[in-house]
Amino acid sequence: MNSIKEIQEEIIDEFAMFDDWMQRYEYMIDLGKSLPKIEEQHKNDDHIIKGCQSKVWVHADLQDDKVIFTADSDAIITKGIIAILIRAWSQQKPQDIIDADTSFIDEIGLKEHLSPTRANGLVSMIKQLKMYALAYQTQQN
Amino acid sequence: MLDINKIRADFPILSRKVNGQPLVYFDNAATSQKPQQVIDKIVEYYTQYNANIHRGVHALSQEATDLYEASREKCRAFFNIPTSRQCLFTSGNTHSINAVASGAHVFVNQGDEVIVSAVEHHSNIVPWQMLCERVGAHLKVIPVLDNGQLDMNAYQNLLNARTAFVVVNHISNALGVTNPVKEIIAGAHKHQAKVLIDGAQSCGHMKVDVQDLDADFYTMAGHKMCGPTGIGLLYGKEDALLALPPYQGGGEMIDQVTFEHTTYAGLPHKFEAGTPNIAGGIALGAAVDYLNEIGMEHIAAYENELLVYGTEKIKNIPGAVIYGDVKDKAAVISFNVENLHPYDIGTIVDKLGIAVRTGHHCAQPIMDRYQIAGTVRASFAFYNTKEEIDVMVQALQRAVNMLS
Repeated sequence: MNSIKEIQEEIIDEFAMFDDWMQRYEYMIDLGKSLPKIEEQHKNDDHIIKGCQSKVWVHADLQDDKVIFTADSDAIITKGIIAILIRAWSQQKPQDIIDADTSFIDEIGLKEHLSPTRANGLVSMIKQLKMYALAYQTQQN
Repeated sequence: MLDINKIRADFPILSRKVNGQPLVYFDNAATSQKPQQVIDKIVEYYTQYNANIHRGVHALSQEATDLYEASREKCRAFFNIPTSRQCLFTSGNTHSINAVASGAHVFVNQGDEVIVSAVEHHSNIVPWQMLCERVGAHLKVIPVLDNGQLDMNAYQNLLNARTAFVVVNHISNALGVTNPVKEIIAGAHKHQAKVLIDGAQSCGHMKVDVQDLDADFYTMAGHKMCGPTGIGLLYGKEDALLALPPYQGGGEMIDQVTFEHTTYAGLPHKFEAGTPNIAGGIALGAAVDYLNEIGMEHIAAYENELLVYGTEKIKNIPGAVIYGDVKDKAAVISFNVENLHPYDIGTIVDKLGIAVRTGHHCAQPIMDRYQIAGTVRASFAFYNTKEEIDVMVQALQRAVNMLS
């Protein structure tokens, strides 16, 4: 398994192939289709991320010292965004997720989604994923 | 006929680009844009007249006071408020509602009932819930029909001897439907209940005559009628305003102050504690002048033309569903496209330079009523054009193609 940094670089390279926002968004929508889906039983209020106009559910599990994330959303673009995050951060060690840099979001041209006025809750998603990692990290210690 | 090109030239923001595209601003229900005349007035005030009002004997203070009071007079006339004493400046529509709700215990007793409608903005629900909790009153809700209109039969049945206050918006912000406020007010008055009409969505889009409506209180948002943010109005019948206790204590609102007892100033100052938004108040007068010059009847007629045109175009999009598609409504189209999330649509059309609102529009109860997460809301103003609607519809088509 590649490191978070390597995967993030890979994602940046992929997005660099596109000339305009429309292609980037279409690609993001495609990535959303391959999102590791959260099991239906976990799609409840315990797993919902607050602060989003759309609904986002995230589930985390620890397997062999690595955090496995699954998720879903009722909005297609949000699904793409969480899919990008999960692709980079799932199946990684808790400490690496806690330390992960989020500037790659900027670099793939999705900077506007980091703004607090954006109700998609990317900031909340990042926080929630890191919280899960922190919880597992604390458990391990 | 409005000279739209001339009007558009007055609004500097309309010529800017967003995401590399010419801006199409269809979020007028959230806030209207400002003409140069209003922007200039703010600059003029701070450049030439800035002084605290109602206090100083010096020339500058008197000039500023005169301008502020002249603006109050313009606002009074604009809404046909009987006297300027009854035309109170507030910081906005929400402040106006809270100023009434916070003192409404003089009208609402324990066990009484306060009626709100199911299409209210949170700002016209929460202050009344707080009042009910405070005095031990009960909140009752006028249900809404499938078409977005209030169920008036249900309303008549809700009215009874315990009804103390009725609060309804003139036009719903989430759907744009115009409520039959005259009938609502008349019904409430038969039971000696007071009525507050939330005019946030009506004040800049139609001719409002508070005396003809016979409302006890009427609230307005300056920034939704081409004025600046941070300024609003509250109208009240004189006896109602006299009975209502002041909302905030401070300078300006007093008659005599001793440590034993304070007597309050008369209207309107009783409700205007502290240094007000002087620049905002004066600039709101400039906004009223601007709207008067065009004429509210012309504005309402032209906006209705945009509504009819836009409704037809959106209906032609396969899978589109409009909420509140009735004849008597403001130029607001609240809609969804089958199987698509409003957030997705809003994000894509934003990339194409179009500003629409998505989400629950601070009116969660009505979204729950339709069992939807939210809608896309396009709201027009008199400076918008049919060409802009065409641009939006093309953008919507592109969004639908991308997302499905």
